[in-house]
Formats: sequence, C-alpha cells, structure tokens
Amino acid sequence: MLEVTGLKAWYGEAQALHEVSVRVGEGEVVTLVGRNGAGKTTVVRCLIGLHRQVSGAVSFLGRDVTRMPAHQRARAGMGWVQDDRGIYASLTVEENLLLPPTVSERAWTLKQVYEAFPELAGRRKAGGTTLSGGEQQMLAIARALRTGARLLLMDEPSEGLAPVVVARIREIIRQIKATGAGVLLIEQNVAFAATVADRHYLLSQGRVVETLDNSDFRQREGELLKHLGI
Amino acid sequence: MNALLQYAVQGLAAGSFYALAALGLAIIFGVLGVVNFAHGAFYMLGAVTAAVLLDTLNLTLWWSLLVVPVLMFAFGVVVERLFVQWLLRLDALYNFLLTFGLTLVLVELVKQKYGVSGLPYKPPKALQGRVDLAGVVLPRYQLFVFLFSVAICVLVWLVMTQTRVGMIVRASTEKPELARALGINVGRWVTPVFGFGVAIAGLAGVLAAPFRAITADMGNNFAIILFAVVVIGGLGSIVGAVVAGFLVGLVEAFGQAYAPTFAQILIFVLMALVILVRPAGLFGRKEATA
Repeated sequence: MLEVTGLKAWYGEAQALHEVSVRVGEGEVVTLVGRNGAGKTTVVRCLIGLHRQVSGAVSFLGRDVTRMPAHQRARAGMGWVQDDRGIYASLTVEENLLLPPTVSERAWTLKQVYEAFPELAGRRKAGGTTLSGGEQQMLAIARALRTGARLLLMDEPSEGLAPVVVARIREIIRQIKATGAGVLLIEQNVAFAATVADRHYLLSQGRVVETLDNSDFRQREGELLKHLGI
Repeated sequence: MNALLQYAVQGLAAGSFYALAALGLAIIFGVLGVVNFAHGAFYMLGAVTAAVLLDTLNLTLWWSLLVVPVLMFAFGVVVERLFVQWLLRLDALYNFLLTFGLTLVLVELVKQKYGVSGLPYKPPKALQGRVDLAGVVLPRYQLFVFLFSVAICVLVWLVMTQTRVGMIVRASTEKPELARALGINVGRWVTPVFGFGVAIAGLAGVLAAPFRAITADMGNNFAIILFAVVVIGGLGSIVGAVVAGFLVGLVEAFGQAYAPTFAQILIFVLMALVILVRPAGLFGRKEATA
C-alpha cells in the first residue's frame, strides 16, 4: 500500500536522505531501525507531508502523493503516531480522539476505543496531557485508529515506557496487523522490533543499508545491536 | 465605598475594550502566528465607522454594534487576502513592518478624511445618565459596556470550548503542524480567524465611541497598552487576554483616581512584575515561549 522509491530529503543544503526505498504491504508491519540521527524520523515526516524539501516518489494506495499536502495525506488514510505522542494539552482526552476526521469505513467508534482502552474511558473529560506517559501513548494510538487510518506511521511507540505498557503496545500492533492495515514502525528497541515486525529496513546516515526479513533479523540481533551502538 | 465601586466599574468598562481587542489579537496570533500591530488601527476604525454611520445614516449604537463588526470582518478578510497571507512564510520582522505600516496608512487616511479634532458620538437615550443600584450610583453606559463585553467573551468562550471550530482553533494554536498531519486543513481557517479578530477589535471601537475621543490617533496609545495586556495574559492565551484586559482596565482606573501621574506607568510595572514571576504570562504555557 505504501511504495517509497528513491526518496531524497534535504535540510537546506544538507542532504539527510539518500535514495531511500521502502515498501509496506497490507497487513504488514515494517520497521525502520537505526541510530539516532540516521534519518528515521525524517523519513516519516516526508511520508506524512510535513517535510517538503524532497525528491523521489511516494505512492500510497496506488496514488502518487509525493506533492500532496499533509492534511490530504491524513485524509487519504495515513495515521501518524508522533514520537512525542502529540497530545494536545488544550484539548480533553475525548477531543484529542475526535479532532482528526474519520477517513475510512474502518474507523473505530468512541465506544470501541473506550472498550479497547478502558484507561481512557475514565479520563475522557480530563486534559490530554494530564495522562501518564503510557496513557498518552495509548491515546495517540487510539486517535489514529479512530480515524480508520489504513497505514499507521508509528515513531518509537515503546520509548520510555514500562515493560507492561510495551507489551500492550505489541498486542495492539498485532491487532492492527490482523485488520489488514499496514504499520511502519520506527524503533531503536531491536528486541521489541523483532517481536512484531515482518520486515526491517536498517537505516544509516540517511541510506537504507540493509533489508532483512524477521528471521534474519533475529539471527543477527547481536550484530545489529552492535551496529546501533546500544 | 461608593467611590471605589465607581472606579471599579469605570475600570471594568475601560478593561472591556482591552479584553475584546486582546481576545482578537490572541486568536489571530494563535492560528496565524502573526502579531497584528495594526490591531489598534482596527479598533480606531470601528469607532470612526460607528461615528460616520451615526452622522450620515443616523444609525444608532445598537445598529453599529451589529453592522460595524460585519463591515470590519469583511475588511479583515480583504486585508488578510491582500497582505497578511504573504507573512505566514516570512520572517517575523516582515510581520512587524507590514502591520505597523498598515497602521500608519490607516491612521493617515482617517486624518485626511476626518481631520484630527475628534468626531462627536452620543449613546442612545436608554444608555445615558446614571443608574442607582441600592444606593450606589453608577454610569449606565459603563455598566452596559462591561456587561455587553462579558457576554461577548462568554459567547466566544462557548464557541471555543463547545464547538468543533473551537477545537480546531485550539489545536492549530497549540500544535499547528500536528493538526495538519492529523487531517485538519489549517489554512482554511486562517482568513475567517483573521476577519473575526478584526471584527472584534472593531466592536471594541464601537463600544469605546461614546466613551473616548474619536480621533485617528485613538488607537495608537490603545495598541501600546494592548500589548502590555497580551504580555500579562500570556501570548496566545485567550482566557489570559480577557482576564488581563479587565485587570489592566482596573489598574488604569484606580491609578488615575489615586495616583494620576503614575497611572500609565503602573500598567507597565504590572507587566514587568508578571514577566519577572511568570515569564510566559499569567495564563501562558511554558511551551508557548520556547
């Protein structure tokens, strides 16, 4: 559903991405793995349409979206789960959920959201950022699911969270996969990535240096950890 | 006691103009990221338009309260489309140059047409004179200004908190980039929001018309105090703008009553104190200053 070909990106004169090609199919979970500064977040910002200094081609659900503005990409079915969770302090939990428009018939109802995330149900009138870090992550994921997004771009969803919360996020990603939606996951946590993903792109200095399916990835986990410097 | 209440009502009436104008300024800054230095000129235009409508078409204050905001909204839309929209991609310096330049042009145009001597304006009979509330005698018009402004602020607050439009305005104020990535067409709201901010500044001008000397320069001093209001309330905070507006009006009125030489300075002393204790303003978020 997502086909990125030869994506290059610049910040002013400095080239941040060199010919990055990434593919995510339906029901597929794909990770971008790499060190800090390797260009992972830049890839996602290019895909969602927030970084505009790009060349190359991005096709989504058969449409060329390379030049499409961010809000139209969201409406076409891309859901973004930002690395800092992107929860609005000036909106209540429920308003955070209702802010983005629904984009497909897969959209969850509020009732479904609250059944799947009971911790949000009890806090629906609370300010978005009064939630704990883990709850905010749930809210960010729930918000993307409520829109019925066909592809979720998740930027380090497990970062800084307790193991029990990480386990829940793993479960949620598996459920999303089961519905046929695609997930592009940015991760530094190799162990976590290996338990949810089908395929991995190893990013280094703005280039995809290796593409591995999950069995290779698991075999070479130690070597990859070394590469990532963790 | 009686005198205290009179100063309070006078301060709240003067504060109403600041509160309404600052409200518009805050919403414009929130959504556009543009600090509108022409806001004082829009306030002046509201008052001048009301005076002209009364003089030429015999439209009383009641009509002006309705008609002037509509005219000013339309004017704001034209200004945004012609000029302000180009600022959104430019350095903040151009923001200052354009809106300040716009002020000069508007002020001089009004001077050309109507001179510098001030236009007359009388409120309707129903709002003249004084009202006796259980022994406390208060000017009817000042009381009206305060209650009317509070009603407008409550209305705006309801729109901001209870409607989808308000939710979008809050979201695009707090994290504009994320709002776009979540599928909100932030650009679509820029023109109406600017028009609304101008309309509400114009409305403050209409309310001020019977209360202040209506001259081309009436917005100049007003704009300076308005920025103190915005700094005290917290840049971009809507509640802060309103609360600080009334607060500054009160400080001004009590200052004029008890320490006339320091009345203007007091406002800036208050501003300095707020900056010292809470750099982001009374209601500003820390992120807003980062």
